[in-house]
Amino acid sequence: MSERFTLRVNGATHAVRAERNTPLVYVLRNDLGLKGTRFGCGTGHCGACTVLYDGNAVQSCDTPLWAAEGHEITTIEGLGRADRPHPLQRAFLDEQAAQCGYCVDGIIMSAAALLARSARPTRDEIAAALGRHLCRCGTHLRILRAIERAASEMAR
Amino acid sequence: MSAPELPLSLRTNPRLDRWVRFGAAGKVTVFSGKVELGQGIVTAIAQIAADELGVEPEQLAIVAGDTTSAPDEWYTAGSQSIEVGGTSMRRVCAEVRSLFVEAAAAELEVAPADLEVRAGEFAVPGTDLKRSYWELAHKVSLARDYSGRPVLPRKSALPGLVGTSAPRRDLPAKLGGAAYVHDMTLPGMVFARVLRPPAYGARLVALDEAALRSAPGVVAVVRSGSFLALAAEREEQAVAALETARRAARWDAPPMPGQTEIVPFLMGLPARSSTVYAKGSAASAGTQRFEATYSKPYLAHASLGPSCALAVAEGGRIRIWSHTQGPHMLRGQIAKALGLPDSAVEVMHRDGAGCYGHNGADDAALDAALVARACGRPVMLQWTREDELRWAPYGSAMAVKIAADVEPGGRIVGWKHELWSHTHVKRPGRGEGIELLAAWHMDPPVPVPPAADLPLPAGGGDRNAVPIYDFPHQEVVYHFLPEMPLRVSALRALGAFANVFAIESMLDEIAAGIGVDPLELRLRHLADERAREVLRAAAQAAGAKRDGTGRGIGFARYKNLSAYCAVVADVEIARQLRVRRVVAAVDAGLVVNPDGLRNQIEGGIVQAASWALKEQVRWTRDGVALHGWEDYPILGFDEVPDIEVVIVERRDAPSLGAGECAAGPTAAAIANALYDGLGVRARHLPLTPERVAAAMN
Repeated sequence: MSERFTLRVNGATHAVRAERNTPLVYVLRNDLGLKGTRFGCGTGHCGACTVLYDGNAVQSCDTPLWAAEGHEITTIEGLGRADRPHPLQRAFLDEQAAQCGYCVDGIIMSAAALLARSARPTRDEIAAALGRHLCRCGTHLRILRAIERAASEMAR
Repeated sequence: MSAPELPLSLRTNPRLDRWVRFGAAGKVTVFSGKVELGQGIVTAIAQIAADELGVEPEQLAIVAGDTTSAPDEWYTAGSQSIEVGGTSMRRVCAEVRSLFVEAAAAELEVAPADLEVRAGEFAVPGTDLKRSYWELAHKVSLARDYSGRPVLPRKSALPGLVGTSAPRRDLPAKLGGAAYVHDMTLPGMVFARVLRPPAYGARLVALDEAALRSAPGVVAVVRSGSFLALAAEREEQAVAALETARRAARWDAPPMPGQTEIVPFLMGLPARSSTVYAKGSAASAGTQRFEATYSKPYLAHASLGPSCALAVAEGGRIRIWSHTQGPHMLRGQIAKALGLPDSAVEVMHRDGAGCYGHNGADDAALDAALVARACGRPVMLQWTREDELRWAPYGSAMAVKIAADVEPGGRIVGWKHELWSHTHVKRPGRGEGIELLAAWHMDPPVPVPPAADLPLPAGGGDRNAVPIYDFPHQEVVYHFLPEMPLRVSALRALGAFANVFAIESMLDEIAAGIGVDPLELRLRHLADERAREVLRAAAQAAGAKRDGTGRGIGFARYKNLSAYCAVVADVEIARQLRVRRVVAAVDAGLVVNPDGLRNQIEGGIVQAASWALKEQVRWTRDGVALHGWEDYPILGFDEVPDIEVVIVERRDAPSLGAGECAAGPTAAAIANALYDGLGVRARHLPLTPERVAAAMN
């Protein structure tokens, strides 16, 4: 049964109507048009759909809509846009840290959560923070370098 | 230039305006049949075109993969996009530039050689004499065929873009919003899913379609034989209805042959055997024989994003947006499946998640077309993660048996390579019939087309089976397995992965057996100077081996025709085998975009390490046992090695395809490093902890 929910996403308030257990990823993508949150598996194994939930990285494919109400959700679009990129997005461009890029937006969200709690993480800490992310093209090293670059630029 | 030397793409698409069109002032669009798969090809082809035309990158737009406007370049596959697509684009753009230089020279009454091109303007330096492409466009018709006439040398006021690491044109959008076919929205669009059978050959015998139709939000249930798809107003409603359908459906499924070790499994299948290559005569007496059998399992593409397509059916026509590798080929197959003329189908490429060969993209396009035709609304159809892992074709499992004869002096004089493999190409539009999943499940079903493989020299299962080494007697026997218990087709590197793994492992076994350094043994049998140089470059960059690690080397020239790649791997064996560091040297001729090449080599190494250490498709008599990522682990962020890529520059040599060259050398280098570190010879992939333990005993 469809119900009305009020969501706080990227600092704005949105009203949506959907069934209460609807995975948040579909609401973000289809109701709010925030397509940078990607669907990869639907079971929380790949991390492509990662968003910030009160500042913590969560996978929106296994976050039900009801659990998002009353919490601050941030998607990649809330982090930065092509004309005003977040330091992480800029660092990923500087390092050309992608091949297909499908995994990258979710990874940037996890990296943003990491850098918010640890300004200068070690490479092992970054890799550990990406433990629930998969990349199939093999751009792992570029991704790790990009996050290190963003950390050092943000720490300046 | 005589016709037969033209690249294939240009021979079949000779019209210049199929490739280049000048638009509003200051804008030019080039059209390519080679599509973006995450490999950066669109950026590289744009670099080539901008350089040859003499325009700024910002003045140039590129349309890639569109049956309504772009040239038909078959597939974006086989590391051929720079070699064939890029070369075609270069020649066309050079000829177009020459035509305009002549027109400008005539108007300005100067000699063509006096003109310099910059940002699309031809100017006589030091004067105000100039004409642009756009001023001349009405005088120079591109509605003519490529002639191959000698082109005027490009005199540019700017350094060329080719050879520079231009940033990827597609990345800014991908780092923060809608960028993929999955992200498109069409007005009135519905969301669709397919209920795939539980196993190959299963028939749908019972399903309450009426109950499914009344599920929340469902707007269409499409059934034909054992093909069942549904569409709903909202995506989560389609997902929920799919689960309802899954619980309600009753299937009649023939059992699969049970899974055993790969070598007996493949060798137990009926084979059509032939000698595909032979030279010299069998070895003389007094040689030492080395013999071993190697294998790799069936491997999944396992792309991060499930296959997806959008389709609109209107007035007897179908428009499709797909991450296909071959828009024109797909168009023909969809038209055939729907009983339409080719002209009634349009296929537009849109980027998808990483593509490493023939995946589910084409299948999803037919799925979407079937639903769009049935429900009369625009459709976005996406596979599930389970569909992606179970139904996209796999890379064929392979067994390779090598017998080598070595003279007392340490020269390898005889080499017999036998391989057992299914085909590595079952792409739609190749050969007869329809090579799309839904067509096999519909009523009446279209039979699965018979299998054939690509012939040498490029080869399919036998790709790189002919050693590049200078062995006087060589024989390659292909035991082709026409029966395919699992669906197989093209996966990055095709048979080269297993063949190079086997050849380079055997060389290591011989080196150890006769007490020669593995690098020295290779150099001893290699006349090709470029091959020798990448081997030396990789060894030199790798430097001294660290204590407590094992080191292995692997080398190949991809297809024996494309890029040269040598890989040195350092592994550590603690609780399990870990690849710590990989150094690769590559010679890909003229490199269009060095960072793009590095990215391809790095990615190829990581992917091959993942194949070599972790990956295998498992199945039972009930079907393929892959349901989610937990059943198909891949290399994670905490497991990737450090990687260094050395590019051996050859600016004067033609560009060579490089996207797949690292796979085989990487797997061999890892297995050889394991032997070096632990004295354990592992011949069967993946090198799981259980396999390594078993090899130790």
